[in-house]
Amino acid sequence: MINAIVIAHLVVALCAPWLVRKIGSNGYLLMALAPAVGFGWLVGLGPLITTGGSYTESLSWIPQLGVEIHYQIGLLQWLLALIVTGIGTLVLLYCRWYFEGVANPRTVGILTAFAAAMLGLVTVDDLVMLYVFWELTTVFSYLLIGYDPTRRANRSAAMTALIVTTTGGLAMLVGIVTLGQTAGTFSLSAILAQPPSGTLPAAAALLMLVGALSKSALVPFHFWLPGAMAAPTPISAYLHAAAMVKAGVYLVAVISPAFADAPGWRLAVGGLGAATMILGGWRALRQNDIKLLLAYGTVSQLGFMVLLCGFGTQATMLAGIAMLIAHALFKATLFLIVGVVDHSTGTRDLTKLTGVARKMPVIAVVAGIAAASMAGLPPMLGFIAKESALESLTYLAGPDGDGTGLPALPAVLLVAAVVAGSVLTVAYSLRWWWGAFADKPKLAELDVHRPAAGFVLVPILLGSLCLVGGFLGGPLTDLIEPYAATVTTGHASHGLALWHGLTVPLWLSLLALGLGGVLFWQREAMGRVQATFPKVLGADELYTLAMKRIDTIAVEVTARTQRGSLASYTSIVLAVVVVLAGGSLLFTTHWPASVRPYDYLPQVVIGAAMIVAGVLAATSRGRVRALLLVGATGYGTALLFLLHGGPDLALTQVLVETVSLIVFVMVLRRLPKYFTNRPLQSTRWWRTVLAVLVGASVSLLALVAAGARVAEPVSVDYYEAAYTFGYGKNIVNVTLVDTRAWDTIGEISVLVIAATGVASLIFLRSRVQRVRPREGDAAFGARGLWLRASGALDPGSRSLIFEVITRVMFSVMMVVSVYLLLAGHNAPGGGFAGGLVAGIALMIRYLAAGRRELDDAAPFDAGRLLGLGLAVSVLSAITPALLGGKIFQSYDLKLTIPGWEYLETPWGPWTLFGEMHLVSSTIFDVGVYLIVIGVVLDLTRTLGAGIDIQSEQDQAPVPQPESTRARPALPSEEDQVIRYTTGGGRGHYT
Amino acid sequence: MSPNVTLAIIAGALVACGVYLITERSLSRILMGVMVGGNGVNLLFLVASGAAGGPPLIGVTPKDEMSDPLPQAMVLTAIVIALATAAFLVTMAYRSFQLNGHDEVADDVEDARIRELAKADEASDSFEEIKFSDTGADVVSE
Repeated sequence: MINAIVIAHLVVALCAPWLVRKIGSNGYLLMALAPAVGFGWLVGLGPLITTGGSYTESLSWIPQLGVEIHYQIGLLQWLLALIVTGIGTLVLLYCRWYFEGVANPRTVGILTAFAAAMLGLVTVDDLVMLYVFWELTTVFSYLLIGYDPTRRANRSAAMTALIVTTTGGLAMLVGIVTLGQTAGTFSLSAILAQPPSGTLPAAAALLMLVGALSKSALVPFHFWLPGAMAAPTPISAYLHAAAMVKAGVYLVAVISPAFADAPGWRLAVGGLGAATMILGGWRALRQNDIKLLLAYGTVSQLGFMVLLCGFGTQATMLAGIAMLIAHALFKATLFLIVGVVDHSTGTRDLTKLTGVARKMPVIAVVAGIAAASMAGLPPMLGFIAKESALESLTYLAGPDGDGTGLPALPAVLLVAAVVAGSVLTVAYSLRWWWGAFADKPKLAELDVHRPAAGFVLVPILLGSLCLVGGFLGGPLTDLIEPYAATVTTGHASHGLALWHGLTVPLWLSLLALGLGGVLFWQREAMGRVQATFPKVLGADELYTLAMKRIDTIAVEVTARTQRGSLASYTSIVLAVVVVLAGGSLLFTTHWPASVRPYDYLPQVVIGAAMIVAGVLAATSRGRVRALLLVGATGYGTALLFLLHGGPDLALTQVLVETVSLIVFVMVLRRLPKYFTNRPLQSTRWWRTVLAVLVGASVSLLALVAAGARVAEPVSVDYYEAAYTFGYGKNIVNVTLVDTRAWDTIGEISVLVIAATGVASLIFLRSRVQRVRPREGDAAFGARGLWLRASGALDPGSRSLIFEVITRVMFSVMMVVSVYLLLAGHNAPGGGFAGGLVAGIALMIRYLAAGRRELDDAAPFDAGRLLGLGLAVSVLSAITPALLGGKIFQSYDLKLTIPGWEYLETPWGPWTLFGEMHLVSSTIFDVGVYLIVIGVVLDLTRTLGAGIDIQSEQDQAPVPQPESTRARPALPSEEDQVIRYTTGGGRGHYT
Repeated sequence: MSPNVTLAIIAGALVACGVYLITERSLSRILMGVMVGGNGVNLLFLVASGAAGGPPLIGVTPKDEMSDPLPQAMVLTAIVIALATAAFLVTMAYRSFQLNGHDEVADDVEDARIRELAKADEASDSFEEIKFSDTGADVVSE
């Protein structure tokens, strides 16, 4: 159920924008249903929990790691969950009026998601899940605080909150992992039942404490919280009264019964708690913004609560949890009232607010009650909580520090610090109420509009609880006592009540109230005193300095490592190859025992020619010359493949080489004849050295790697498997379409992407072309032509022989391509080779008679062919799975045509069709075939026809005579649009 | 297994030619380098696949005289992809000529700017001083 409630919150959060668009602000009321249902369900759990039971719920998540979503709601979890859902409901109701007329559904949606994370955080038992929810609250709070990214205040506050709390969160994660490892379980309840002892678990607990302190904004992490006030007020109310900051207090309260005795724990909790309480109160007194005043007040109270919950005696625990409840109620009320005042007057500045109490008497009274609860004035809930707190602390000054072993002087100092903090609390509570509501004679009257009834209802409800709670000391004590009793250290508390007699805590309370009143009365003198304090470097300034330093270091490192030159990057990569891979050759002992100089003598001859071609290509200045030399190395490679025993490879390599040559020539016709002439630089020698070193490393590594081979090749079983499972005799083809078909799927996807990339670099706007070969051309298909489109060509660029050969060869090549496709399973060939042959046939049509001829030969868009091929391949891959087999399983369909198997001749039977095998993986190969044709067609249409069109429209680069440069294309209208939208293009930065 | 020295040397030499070209600035030369080097790398598969043999066709070559089919399938994939990559690169070179009149890969201007920032000891553009102002006065207009 609890899991369902958490998920329901998230669903509501997702629906928020839609809901609010549909029914306006009333949508927030519907959204409040999620936490309201959660609250109701929790109330229903009441009898179980208050009788000492607990509610558990489990969901398996990562069984391999023993991580499961296990909820366990004990008393503390139940109380926190009630606060989270209860105040969550009220805040969402309040949003209905606060955000009226302001389109802010996203923020409220995130608030609901945040409530889900918070609810999960306080109820989950698994520490890993606790961490997940913990960081979710961080992320959501980042979004909530930064709700308006155009305002710098929101941006920087959100970023600060994120960085500070995740830093603490990381420390906590380390603590959680350590604790889980030493305890052997990640279950919080199991760890608490049998806490592991020793240095490591103690350190882990302290690391978790760091996380809690950062989340609860204790010194030195306190500075993020006031900044977070940049969020809208209902958000602040929820995050800083009921939820986010309470996560830290919750964690401290949960683990302190087990780990309060860890060395350093009490020092950290007590010292930092007291320091935070005083610092927060002190700074609250200086604020003029009533919301910021509350924020510093929150910091102060958080210090107080962490101190109480963390100190780990029975009495402090009881007081801490009572404080937690009291604080949630009064702080939520106060924040929501700030929202009302801000909404009605348009300001939160106490140097401008005046006379608000007269205009809104009810709200002023409620505000007074809540502020009195904060100050600890009887008969409020805050008073009885503070009484028990002071009482629990006075025990510490007793013998043996109430079981903690705290010496007397630190205990007295701690009490003094808390009293001092309470004095400040009283003073800033008075200042807040005075600031928001009192008449200030010197100020101009404010224009106040009356808030709607529903708007003030929520704060009134919460505020009255502060008052009612004060009279419920007995039941509250009974409620909290069982949890406090789990702490074995120290006295039991005397409980929560308005009157315990004339005890020390009462005198301390009265002292705090009196001194606080004086501080407020003498506020102007106090302000002068505060102003004389020297300005010290605050934690926030240190943080800013640190962030700036990190940023400048990042700039320095980037400037040194990222030179921005492609050549230098590749050189570094290759140098690493030489140093690490090549260098390892110096140490290896695995040199091959024997080598073969060559398999066949022709290898040497072909190799020598290839090396010469390669070196000439590397040094050549002419584009076409270099291209032909590169092609020579490619054809040489094909010959080597053939000699080695790879007819499929050789065939494909020859075809690929041919296609690339044609493709390149189509582009090079528009480029200058020579490569850019660069002055002879010393880098040339470095490059030569690098090239030789890399080449030598590669050769030697190849020898060592091949010589070091000891295992049988994995392909040793392919011989049988190819025929048994793949039903084919050409093992290479079976490997491509069956054994390693996933590889081929990846490859054809790359082909489709690359072809699309090429098309979009030329056609820019759309890769889909209209293919209308016959449109508007009278000469098309005239009589007496060998090719239908050639009539439209300039007679000077026609070649009759080429046209005749094309006419004859095209059909032959298409038949050959289909043969290669179908025969490929048993003989050299296959989808790649077949597709390339068909593609070359189309290219020849284009070369012979231009783009209309190509359109006539292939009157469809290449993109459709690519898509069709991909669809065929994927369908053939998954169809077996739908039929109950495995993906890519092959089937062999035996096919005979009755009466046509054999031809009976007088000399014996002559095979006609025989028994035909139709292997299902051939369909996959058909997909490959279509894609390869599509790629070649796309390349021809783009780099051939596309560049033709650009030349006609003056859009192609024009090579300049006697220069290695070209005149760039005149920018077309289309091109300018692209440049405008992408921000790139020529001369953008120069 | 005794590897074939000739093939290893050819592969190394082609890779060296490729490296020399790849460290150039002109995109078309880089492309040539990728292609030459790619041929060299494909030959490495032959070195790794052992001795030469008959074509891996069942019924044509007996099992123990066959060349290893697996590296062949891998190389087949590689050469078709090389075609696609090369076509993409050559189109990029064309586009570069179309826009700039040359195909030299320029140094990244952003990196140059970061160098200037480093020289001046400044933080990056994305850095913001933290100001906890809740007044809304410092609205950033962008």
